[in-house]
Amino acid sequence: MGNSMKINLQVWRQKNAKTEGRFETYQVNASPDMSFLEMFDVLNEELIEDGKEPVAFDHDCREGICGMCSMVINGRPHGPKQAVTTCQLHMRSFNDGDTVVVEPWRANAFPVVKDLSVNRSAFDRIISSGGFVSVNTGNAVDANSILISKEVADTAFESAMCIGCGACVSACKNASAMLFVGAKVTQLSALPQGQPERESRVVAMVNQMDAEGFGACTNTGACAAECPKEIPLSVIATLNREYYKAKLNGK
Amino acid sequence: MFYTNGNAFQLLNLQTFILTKRYKYMGVLSFLFSSSLGRKLIMAVTGISLIAFLLVHCLINATVFFNDGGKTFNEAAEFMAHNWFIRTTEILLFVGLLLHIIQGIYLVFDNRKKRSAKYSGKAGNANSTWYSRSMGLLGSIVLIFLVLHLKHFWVVSRFEIPHGLNDENLFAEMVAVFENPIAVIVYVIGCFGLTYHLMHGFGSAFQTFGINHKSYTPFINSVGMAFSFVIPLIFAAIPVVMHLGLIK
Repeated sequence: MGNSMKINLQVWRQKNAKTEGRFETYQVNASPDMSFLEMFDVLNEELIEDGKEPVAFDHDCREGICGMCSMVINGRPHGPKQAVTTCQLHMRSFNDGDTVVVEPWRANAFPVVKDLSVNRSAFDRIISSGGFVSVNTGNAVDANSILISKEVADTAFESAMCIGCGACVSACKNASAMLFVGAKVTQLSALPQGQPERESRVVAMVNQMDAEGFGACTNTGACAAECPKEIPLSVIATLNREYYKAKLNGK
Repeated sequence: MFYTNGNAFQLLNLQTFILTKRYKYMGVLSFLFSSSLGRKLIMAVTGISLIAFLLVHCLINATVFFNDGGKTFNEAAEFMAHNWFIRTTEILLFVGLLLHIIQGIYLVFDNRKKRSAKYSGKAGNANSTWYSRSMGLLGSIVLIFLVLHLKHFWVVSRFEIPHGLNDENLFAEMVAVFENPIAVIVYVIGCFGLTYHLMHGFGSAFQTFGINHKSYTPFINSVGMAFSFVIPLIFAAIPVVMHLGLIK
């Protein structure tokens, strides 16, 4: 390891949601080509060898699409780079000898499970409240039986990029989930399949979002700036529009 | 006979209709005070109304720059103080202002409760501007200024200066208030607070209304930025220029 680098890590350690957490300091020798999660693998190997409790962190695909790697690195969700998840962040983004502070998503709606791993079930409950389209059971319908223009497909796809990672909530000063809910509402209200539940969906999802304890939007734009999938802030405007329209129609 | 009965029945029906509909709509409108999106809508609607008020207020104040001994300004002030339409709008404006303040305070404290454990790492201005994150603080600065400002001029113009133009006028009151350098400093600080509050608030209101598209949002934001600089600059210039005795 000719070009190894020393990183001083300050990692949030918390046994479970009920106990108080604190920062622990570790030193790791990393290669600049490692991903941030691989650096944590190295740290955990060392901790296990020393007979210590390894750092709990969520990860699944390690290719930027699962949205599990909920780490706030030096105050920014998924670290200093634009449009990447933690697994796509490489150690070459840091300098030899840097001190790096790593903490979990902090929002009351996302309680800490352990260390850097948080419970994002609140998002699942928002989706179950209305983030779906109803489809008749039976034979699969031919994919091209409903025509969708390229523009509409593009709009829907832009929002469908959302991986539900929660970086928007973690970046927002109010821990608001509006970029997430906005992305889902924009995607489904753009498509013909989403029309039957269009108004009841947006009201149900916003009610559930409020009930889960997410904050209100104050339009700072931090969510869109930190979104690894670059969901634009305009989805929140679409969410507002859809919601007020549904309310005007007495929903 | 048949028609009378029919009408009575219809009348009863209409009453039930109005009652049930009214309750239904009251229930629907309750989202304005209960849901996160409703509360934001109140902030945006009242905010835009206050922006419209600022424009009118600024245009009238700017007449002191004619440097005609306050003649034009006093005529405008006299109109604003005694025109029934303006006085009615003024009541609506005060209701809007109160809603803006109450909802604003509620939102600041309620939103703070959504993250009990704070972050240790500081992202600084990496993902948002400081003033967009400090609307509560900036609003408080404007509010402190506003209380003083209303005492200085609104109370005087509405309750103390008699009807008609004479020696006791609002322009003379301005000259007197701005002789005090502390008042001038407070007014300039108030205008700084207003600038940053508007820099975020103007564009933010449109976003809340659901008006956001890449084809026109840059234009709205540019107008907002220009408004946020020009209007408070004119407001702040008046006490400074008057204190220096350049306008009298």
